[in-house]
Amino acid sequence: MHVTPPPSAPAVFCRQLSKIFGSGDNQVHALRGIDLQIEQGELMMLVGPSGCGKTTLISVIAGILDASGGECQVLGQDLNSLDASARTRWRGQQIGFVFQAYNLIPSLNAAENVAIPLLVQKMARREAIEQAAAMLQRVGLADRRHALPAQLSGGQQQRVAIARALVHQPRLVVCDEPTSALDHVTGHQVMELLREVASSANRSLIVVTHDARIFSFADRIAHIEDGMITHIAQQASSLDKESFHVA
Amino acid sequence: MNPFIVYAIALKMLLGDRLKYFGLIAGIAFAAMLISQQAAILVGFTKQTGSFIRDTAQADLWIMDPQVRFSQDHIPLREMMVHLVRGTPGVAWAVPLYQGFVRAKMPDGTNFTLILVGLDDASLTGAPPLMVEGQLTDLRRDRAVLIDAGTSAKKLLMKNGGKRPMQVGDSFSIMDHDAFIVGSYRSRTSFFWEPVLYTTYSRALGFAAGGERNMLSYVMVKLAPGADLEQTRQLLQQRTGLLARSNPEFIRITADYILNETGILMNFGFAVLLGFAIGALVAGQTFYNFTLDNLRHYGTLKAMGVGNRTLAAMLFLQVGVVSVLGYGIGVGMGAALGLWMSSAGLAFSMPWQIPAVTAGAIVLVSLIASWFSLRRVFALEPAVVFKG
Repeated sequence: MHVTPPPSAPAVFCRQLSKIFGSGDNQVHALRGIDLQIEQGELMMLVGPSGCGKTTLISVIAGILDASGGECQVLGQDLNSLDASARTRWRGQQIGFVFQAYNLIPSLNAAENVAIPLLVQKMARREAIEQAAAMLQRVGLADRRHALPAQLSGGQQQRVAIARALVHQPRLVVCDEPTSALDHVTGHQVMELLREVASSANRSLIVVTHDARIFSFADRIAHIEDGMITHIAQQASSLDKESFHVA
Repeated sequence: MNPFIVYAIALKMLLGDRLKYFGLIAGIAFAAMLISQQAAILVGFTKQTGSFIRDTAQADLWIMDPQVRFSQDHIPLREMMVHLVRGTPGVAWAVPLYQGFVRAKMPDGTNFTLILVGLDDASLTGAPPLMVEGQLTDLRRDRAVLIDAGTSAKKLLMKNGGKRPMQVGDSFSIMDHDAFIVGSYRSRTSFFWEPVLYTTYSRALGFAAGGERNMLSYVMVKLAPGADLEQTRQLLQQRTGLLARSNPEFIRITADYILNETGILMNFGFAVLLGFAIGALVAGQTFYNFTLDNLRHYGTLKAMGVGNRTLAAMLFLQVGVVSVLGYGIGVGMGAALGLWMSSAGLAFSMPWQIPAVTAGAIVLVSLIASWFSLRRVFALEPAVVFKG
């Protein structure tokens, strides 16, 4: 049973969250007591050097990884209480993903790629393709719906990926380095698109990034280092951009 | 997720990379061809070992020395055994048969060794199944022998000036006795290289006489109507002190002996296993690489809510498609190769069991390939999903 959080409840609530890989002498502490709260409708950026635990954190929040300790409630759901298959279903319904390398299936066209989350929800193919086409129109790719990923530019592929992340109306969108493979102008356009299309009163975005040029799109920025959040800037403008490592 | 859509996506993923797709099919086809073709050669050899017994299958039992190991193993019996057998209850008729390797010389002086078969003078029982030239009764003519029409071009080629195979009408010598070819027959392909010539029993003894007092190779026995094979066999063995073997038993011990003693079983058995192992490795490695290349996409699907069972179904469908196509192509190629080999006189036989066993082996290969791939897909790692 999935829980719908009250309007005032946070989208993500983590307390003393930890994740350990390996055992014995080979233990790696990827997350060390993370405390994080992300509000509904908020765009939170996670920044930090490579290997600091950003990907591990969004993996735990998105229900891809189990936490080793601590508490993590996402959209009112305690992820530890769900078994693997229930968590997979929950993830399919509630989470949208935008990946650094787009992760579009090369042999499917743009509309088919976008339709996948709807098909996962057992929607009829024709209806799913129609909704995918509508979402492609929102991201400005109505005329490219039949194009294969290889026939699209990097920016267009990322827009298809954003359409795919949003087509099933998820409550939380997790973006991993969405602009790192794009040039400055295209990266800016993608972030504007995410801001415009993805943001709504009850949809939250978590964006992992190294790209200091897009910090201005964030509501808050959490700086992670060595598995811990060292500080959270309440507004992008108040952050000293020079303090971030850009790998 | 609608299963038809899952399968459509899985097939599009598979067909999307043509090079790997064809590589996968080629790997499975190679394995299927190796397994089926080598097994068919082994079965072909096995069948050839028993071709003489099958061609001489008019009898129900063969009386032989207990030390006989295969059909061409000549261990002589005493002539009186024929009479002893004939007088045994349950026996309708019994005839002597001579079979042995003898030296011969062609008209142009080419020396060769042949297998001489001597048939009962009166009944000519044990004759080859099909005459091509002449009549079987021509064997009653003076010095008469029959040659194999199917193999004479290769096995009876005069190499010392004649430059042609011996044929009906030719004279030659067997152990310095004159022989005259009065006809030719067609028989099953024999495992042995030596040409098989038929004559009468008494003439065969004359040709082959080398100082041995007893020359009888086998007594062929036909059971009387209603006689019990086991009872008659026991009775014959008690009376003669010899061994009585049925056709299937004689075929089996001949095949066992020849296949084991020549190393054919070991060699071809190893080749079949090698085909399986190479096929499993090639197909397994190719499919595993295909999975690795698509791991990011499986991971993406899993991140988007596609469960393990669905992913497994996708993988099995992909493996299934390449396996069925590869199997069909491989067994087809193996059969085509076999047809060509058979026309060249080589051993090849593909009963339905070979495609069935090959199918089982390919299923096993596919399961092994799927297993390693599934492990990677099930153990989804965030690094794969997020960083690709």
